[in-house]
Amino acid sequence: MAFLKRSPWMIHYDGSSCNGCDIEVLACLTPVYDVERFGIVNTGNPKHADIFLLTGAVNEQNREVVRNIYDQMPEPKVVVAVGICATSGGIFRECYNILGGADKVLPVDVYVPGCAARPESIIDGVVKALAVLEEKRRALPPRARRGRRAEASAQGGNA
Amino acid sequence: MNVNAFLAAYGVRILSAALYVLLAPLFGGLLAGVDRRITARMQGRKGPPLLQPFYDVAKLFEKRRVSVNKLQNFFVVLFLVFLVFTGALFFAGGDLLLFIFAFTLAALFFISAAYAANSPYSAIGAERELLQMMAYEPMVLLTAVGFYMATGSFQVGDILFAKGPAVASIPALFLGFCYVLTFKFRKSPFDLSTSHHGHQEIVKGITTEFSGSSLALIEIAHWYEATFLIAFVALFFVWGGNPWSVLLGLGVALVVYFLEILIDNTFARVKWQLAIQSAWIVAGTTGFLNLLVLTLVQGGAGWLS
Repeated sequence: MAFLKRSPWMIHYDGSSCNGCDIEVLACLTPVYDVERFGIVNTGNPKHADIFLLTGAVNEQNREVVRNIYDQMPEPKVVVAVGICATSGGIFRECYNILGGADKVLPVDVYVPGCAARPESIIDGVVKALAVLEEKRRALPPRARRGRRAEASAQGGNA
Repeated sequence: MNVNAFLAAYGVRILSAALYVLLAPLFGGLLAGVDRRITARMQGRKGPPLLQPFYDVAKLFEKRRVSVNKLQNFFVVLFLVFLVFTGALFFAGGDLLLFIFAFTLAALFFISAAYAANSPYSAIGAERELLQMMAYEPMVLLTAVGFYMATGSFQVGDILFAKGPAVASIPALFLGFCYVLTFKFRKSPFDLSTSHHGHQEIVKGITTEFSGSSLALIEIAHWYEATFLIAFVALFFVWGGNPWSVLLGLGVALVVYFLEILIDNTFARVKWQLAIQSAWIVAGTTGFLNLLVLTLVQGGAGWLS
């Protein structure tokens, strides 16, 4: 049974966003959009998260941080790049400190365009990510799927 | 003692404990689902499906488990086992003092699990859990003493058949116990060590380092815990083995739970100093005064016995 789709917990990280997309991400949690209807919880803890929402471009300073958060998330997991900056670097693309979009450091599964991305399109992106999440779950070896013998060393040694 | 005599003596107790072990996750999970629905409505949202807590736990079993230290998962299993044991003791009509000690032991295993992970966030969560235990333990112990003073017995089985509801002679202790219930249900203003999983936080305190099946076991343990806490509140209102009084108790317990949700949504988290001070002041006033009055009035233990 695929319960991942019914209970996706997400972690949100602001790369070098202007805060526009972040406000839209948080707007998803408000009574107007209420993503908890779909069982989505905004967790602050990578070890509890299934979906990594990244807003803003990745820069030299936070590439390690972004990578670290991703490594600490248990499999299966997906990455959603929210907003045009996270997708390609956006208007900051040419800046000396900007590496580019989220896909310069992480395997991005879903790109949500927009400046800022609207809550509707963010929710749409998360729903698309759920399909990818389910595919990844099926691709996991059965033993790992049951949660046995999965040790920190397999997660990039973040202990 | 032959089998029939044994069943006659202990059959109901064993049956009720077995029913608890089987049905408590169902009840606790539904309670958590209702909780999240009501919380959402209080915030002007629609909220998740009623069965969301079950989806969450099933999901967690589908995830891989990342553990820093294998020991932490072992402690989590012990936490669950001892919470189930605690509840089974209660539902088998066992000793309230033993119930409280088993309960404390379970909580200590949870704290050990968080310490075993050896991360700063989970260590802070564990420390805060210890502070919370310091805050609520005196009140819980005084409540057990109150039950003895009222009914002349620490045995849940005897309290159920007391001559009147315990709340009639220990009303202040009932209020005090409701006060510390906020700690046990992990509700604001006393959700210092970690809040409920449906809530959003920066870091998850004592559960920070648990993922996958370990986190699922913690969640299931909380369901067992919530079930016997509800039953404990109901115990104040039960007398003479009357089934209607059991229903009354259950009704009051659910009202108390609703008030907990209301308080959760209307109060901000307090600092640990205020949490401990207020809990001890409440225990000191309600507990001490109630026991004092009871001693002076009845002159000995158990006018309901």
